[in-house]
Amino acid sequence: MTSLLETEDETLLRDSARGFLSEASPVSALRANRDQGRAFDPALWREMAQMGWTGVLVPEEQGGADMGHRAAGILAEEMGTVLAASPFISTAVIAATALRGSGNGGLEKIASGDAIYAVAVDEGAKHAPLKTALKAEKSGNGFRLSGAKTFVADGASADRVLVLARTAGAAGEADGLTLFDIDATRAGLQRDVTGTVDSRDHARFTFDGLEATGEDVVGELDNGLATLRHGLQAGQAALAAELTGLSGGAYAMTVSYLKERQQFGRTIGSFQALQHRAAHLWSEIEVTASAVINAGRMLDEAPDQATLAVSVAKARATATAKLAVMEGVQMHGGIGMTDEFDMGFFMKRARVGAEWLGDYGYHAAQVAAARGF
Amino acid sequence: MTDEPTELSSFREDIAKWITENCPESLRKRPIDEDSIVWGGRNWTFKHEDQRAWMESAIARGMTAPRWPTTYGGAGLSRAEEKIFREEMTRLKAPSPLESFGLWMLGPALLAFGTEEQKLHFLPQITRGEIRWCQGYSEPGAGSDLASVQTRAEDKGDHWLVNGSKIWTSYADKADWIFALVRTDRDAPKHLGISFMLIDMTSPGVTTKPIRLISGKSPFCETFFDNVKVPKSYGEGIPSQVGEINRGWDVAKHLLTHEREMISGGAQGLLGGRSTGEFLGNLDADTLADPVIRSQAMELEVDTLAFGMTLDRYKDQAQSGRGVGNASAMLKYYGTEINKRRYELLMSASGSEGAEWDSPYGSLAAEWLRTKANSIEGGTSEVMLDIIAKRVLELPSK
Repeated sequence: MTSLLETEDETLLRDSARGFLSEASPVSALRANRDQGRAFDPALWREMAQMGWTGVLVPEEQGGADMGHRAAGILAEEMGTVLAASPFISTAVIAATALRGSGNGGLEKIASGDAIYAVAVDEGAKHAPLKTALKAEKSGNGFRLSGAKTFVADGASADRVLVLARTAGAAGEADGLTLFDIDATRAGLQRDVTGTVDSRDHARFTFDGLEATGEDVVGELDNGLATLRHGLQAGQAALAAELTGLSGGAYAMTVSYLKERQQFGRTIGSFQALQHRAAHLWSEIEVTASAVINAGRMLDEAPDQATLAVSVAKARATATAKLAVMEGVQMHGGIGMTDEFDMGFFMKRARVGAEWLGDYGYHAAQVAAARGF
Repeated sequence: MTDEPTELSSFREDIAKWITENCPESLRKRPIDEDSIVWGGRNWTFKHEDQRAWMESAIARGMTAPRWPTTYGGAGLSRAEEKIFREEMTRLKAPSPLESFGLWMLGPALLAFGTEEQKLHFLPQITRGEIRWCQGYSEPGAGSDLASVQTRAEDKGDHWLVNGSKIWTSYADKADWIFALVRTDRDAPKHLGISFMLIDMTSPGVTTKPIRLISGKSPFCETFFDNVKVPKSYGEGIPSQVGEINRGWDVAKHLLTHEREMISGGAQGLLGGRSTGEFLGNLDADTLADPVIRSQAMELEVDTLAFGMTLDRYKDQAQSGRGVGNASAMLKYYGTEINKRRYELLMSASGSEGAEWDSPYGSLAAEWLRTKANSIEGGTSEVMLDIIAKRVLELPSK
């Protein structure tokens, strides 16, 4: 495998992403979005499209930049550092990866920024694709979809939805699942915004006999998990990268505060109790960063063997982000608790990111299975 | 490996052939353990004649120190070639022909700080396994605060008069020479009065005493210097200290970085046959179903894998020439803490059987106890965190 060191191209990409986001989407932009009641800024999304970010995983023939998963991870990481909100992971990572190679026409619109995709998988409070019970019953030449999905990221903003439905078998089985690509405004789909702590767009979907045709099916009938799996893994790796960027952002704020804040006539960063905790946090971030890079490399170079790498990354990133935001609030003291200060935004996004696409336990169990116990 | 450049893949073929032809079959069949290590030195006795043959073949080709220049007894390999050599050694189950503190520590220090004459004098004796070295850093009164060394070397004109004692000197009772930190200027600030001195262990006044640990027998010793006369020079251009007088701390710091990388790298090597997954996979279903053991095992596995990737990344960084610097403190801290966690888990997973000195799991209990020293030796975890806080995070001291 290619070395885990960043290549020159990757450093260039990171620098340009960082430069752009620090101007276009500092943490204050998230605050503004929240205060205006919107999940993200459509103008920011258009700019991301113009820079080729929405097409980061779309082949060049379909108008994409085709930069690969490690590049997508670098972008997600930089977004995480400043908490830039956008449907990047849903659309440009998960949907683009799932649709790639399926012959579906949605990729051009993803690359051009003209289609926002949401991915509707989970039906309970925990990520569990196998537990899909939402039914797609045969009806004439097509299907009728009935059931509910929850925690659909970017669900209210989406133009289109990838929905995992059961065409055969029972909840808990891997076979019998089919992936549909449908217009988000189609009759029979009701979307309700849930209002999550991170101020982003998460929705509950109710399908009431929504009509779908064979043309809406992505990949093979009854084998939808195979189609979606790479997309989910790509999303997990990108989310791990976002959470690592988030950890780095919270860490940077905290360490600079430790260097400024005076108490008892001393800079608080001189207290060994805080120094050791900060040093430990830095160590955790370093180790997690390696797992995130490795996951991106595996998805680019050996995608069929990437499960372990992706789950190590998502588990680590989840745990590290939790540590970073908890230390962030604690070391800032009272000001860390105020809404006026930004640290709370990091904590809220870390909590949602911890659950989305599989929590620590989900991924740790994947690791254990891959390691034979 | 498939897209390896031609010159490297032919090196790989060549070196594999050389290993196969020179490392006797008998050595490649036995497990690699304490008994298979060849330390060399004046008093060395080989456990098997085949070990001698293998060491001598390696010496002839410079392969006991693959990266050192050929002038000093090395093989002058590039980083990439050395990596291939190590890979082929592992693949062919060949044990290292020679290990020593000279190869690991003194050699690198001499290469960085020694005079040309010192290198020509000492390095070949190391590569040929003639002189076995030990390290004299810690003192009973100077543990973590290494720079507060009290062992004194007084200037007596043509020689130094050394008095004091060292502790945790691994294999001092078996070593021929010691590289030690001694105080040569008592009035200078503590970091500036230290010299890095090379002392013959057969000098009158040097004595050693082994230390028994909670895990049982150990290679550690106490070493005492009682009016030991150390010549100022071992020949033309061969001073008895490495680097300048009173600047030994620079050499020591350089070496400590090496040592930390070694220990953290060893965190993986130490796994040996005891990878968490493998170990747990062999346990009965009831133990494995214990939710606490299971969840600890999963977390440990996640962290171990991520740490392994970090070692790879830092190794690549070191090899790219960019260096790792003070971040090596993190590798040492993290690697040793993980290893302690691993052994706590294995002990609790193996239950009462694991508490037997001679258990179905071999020497698990002794290994478990020994891991407690991992986060003490070579700089405690707390010292590592201090280094990270001050040098990497640049947190203020007041």
